[in-house]
Amino acid sequence: MSEIFGIPIQAFMGQLMLGLVNGSFYAMLSLGLAVIFGMLNIINFSHGALYMMGAFLAWMGLEYLGIGYWPALLLVPLVVGLFGIVVERSMLQWLYKLDHLYGLLLTFGLALMLEGLFTNIYGVSGQPYTIPEELSGAFNLGFMFLPKYRAWVIVASLGVCFATWFMIEKTRLGANLRAATENPQLTQAFGINVPLLVMLTYGFGAALAGFAGVLAAPVIQVSPLMGSHLIITVFAVVVIGGMGSILGSIITGLGLGVIEGLTRVFYPEASATVVFIIMAIVLMLRPAGLFGKEK
Amino acid sequence: MKRKLLNAAIAALLIPAASIAFAQAKPAAVKISDGTVKIGVLTDMSGVYSDLGGQGSVTAARMAVDDYVAQHKPKFKVEMVYADHQNKADVGSNKVREWYDTQGVDMVTDVLNSGVALAVAKVTQEKNRIMINAGAASTRLTNEDCSPNTVHYVYDTYALAQGAKAVTKAGGDTWFFLTADYAFGTSLQADASKAVEAAGGKVLGAVRHPLNASDFSSFLLQAQASKAKVVGLANAGGDTINAIKAANEFGLTKKQSLMGLLTTIVDIHALGLATTQGMMFTEGFYWNLNDDTRAWSRRFFEKHKKMPSMLQAGTYSAVTTYLKAVQAAGTDEASAVMKKLKELPINDFFAKNGMIRIDGRMVHDMYLVQVKKPAESKEPWDYYNIKAVIPGNEAYQSLSLSRCPLVKK
Repeated sequence: MSEIFGIPIQAFMGQLMLGLVNGSFYAMLSLGLAVIFGMLNIINFSHGALYMMGAFLAWMGLEYLGIGYWPALLLVPLVVGLFGIVVERSMLQWLYKLDHLYGLLLTFGLALMLEGLFTNIYGVSGQPYTIPEELSGAFNLGFMFLPKYRAWVIVASLGVCFATWFMIEKTRLGANLRAATENPQLTQAFGINVPLLVMLTYGFGAALAGFAGVLAAPVIQVSPLMGSHLIITVFAVVVIGGMGSILGSIITGLGLGVIEGLTRVFYPEASATVVFIIMAIVLMLRPAGLFGKEK
Repeated sequence: MKRKLLNAAIAALLIPAASIAFAQAKPAAVKISDGTVKIGVLTDMSGVYSDLGGQGSVTAARMAVDDYVAQHKPKFKVEMVYADHQNKADVGSNKVREWYDTQGVDMVTDVLNSGVALAVAKVTQEKNRIMINAGAASTRLTNEDCSPNTVHYVYDTYALAQGAKAVTKAGGDTWFFLTADYAFGTSLQADASKAVEAAGGKVLGAVRHPLNASDFSSFLLQAQASKAKVVGLANAGGDTINAIKAANEFGLTKKQSLMGLLTTIVDIHALGLATTQGMMFTEGFYWNLNDDTRAWSRRFFEKHKKMPSMLQAGTYSAVTTYLKAVQAAGTDEASAVMKKLKELPINDFFAKNGMIRIDGRMVHDMYLVQVKKPAESKEPWDYYNIKAVIPGNEAYQSLSLSRCPLVKK
């Protein structure tokens, strides 16, 4: 059997594929963070908690209301997005003029409260969510056995990422949004409702986290701590990609997923740190991140 | 004026010091200090292990105190306090120090998390009180770090690994380990490897994953590629749960079998039988063993709304055993109570003929269990078939191998 760097090519391809799956989650979460940071200048520490909330809402929908996976995929992001809007209107909007630190502290506190609330009710071991009937089973790719659900994760997240990028970079709405970030006063003077745009942006970012949560529910245990395990890595992804860069966070998300996956084969002990090593190197060479613009 | 102030300051400093000296002198005068026996439950109330111990352990200890007072009507008062150690050794040892110094706590229990337990053991020995540990896994508590003030009650990594022996003998003779990359994981893997090799099996390899790894698929692919018959999970809590979940998704369980080395009923409940059926592992307690265990566990369920883990059942038993020893000794002075603890056999719903050895190890039977198929389960929480009872003297490391200085060879 042929080998790459001393491991069989089959195993290598398999790990590449799995890296892509994880990268899809990184991409989706860091995309939400990037959108919120780019448009609102808020470092949203509650993003992991929103992701967890998405997964829990999917589970609760199934458990208490009998709402299946597919409707949940649509409904849950709406609910999480709405929750985000309430948070933005009631708390965050007063912080835009202040230092970044205040937004960070507020959202961090919010994350702790959400996690505490769910831990208190459901405990830390979490709840099981089964893979929907249509997507159970696996494809035999020749080099590996790829569960259908994981393939679906890649497709769904790439779709969502592309749609977000398209909306922000290529549509009229996106142009208004970007203008509002660049110069809010002038944009407002053109008769565009900037606070409304900002509110919707935060809601959208939260909805993205909720969507990622529903996608993740069948593959990892739905537990109150699932967000905090992931969020630090996702922040590193955003920093590497360049704070606020949409395309940057998508590409770095996928790329780092793959790098992390390969590290798990060559030197598994380092798989939790490799992302941060890359972050340190990137910050030394390009302080604004790979895709960020120097200001 | 200045001098007066200085004198006052010195006096102010001396008063508390004198009162502490007085407080320390007092216990020797009366047999039960303050007429009260005080028990502290130190556990993880909100973190990763809070379902294993946590509020459930507090509930169990509270039940034990209430039951004891109702049944034995002791002449002393029994009180209970509890605290969250947040899985931090420094937080745990500071709390316990405060309990011993200012609140007159005589015994601490639960103390899950080996890191915290080792730190608490040191403070307990220094202050001459008692720790009956019902939660931690490390065998160090009864070996290198054994102490005349420590009892290790429910299980340890050595006992957990003995299940691996039985599985190896039953034909699962090639192993691959998925190990949490910290002290607990590596020592569990080492103990299990020894057990596998002692039974004539072979360890084909291992992969270490970081603590709280969110995704296990890469590691499982490596376990799959090893072609080992058994994949041993040397991890705990959320890591075990996510590893089992991914193993199912990737079809690993079709050709290989999974053995959790620290899997408990909490994990099985969290995952459901459909995902975990057929898994084997070692448990120190199961609620559905016999009438005694069922009766107690149903009472516990009434209060806690979940069936007990072995840690929670063990905490009840530990508190009861301790109170019996205090009553027998007629004092709460640590060395006298410890003498009684090591003399009296333990017979309750948790342990039959349990004995506390010189090194502090409580020796009792362990159970090799297999998770039922969903169709076999007759009621909620009816999860296990008992495959074998591992007698206490086989489950625990023999005293001749002990590295504890208290054991005279």
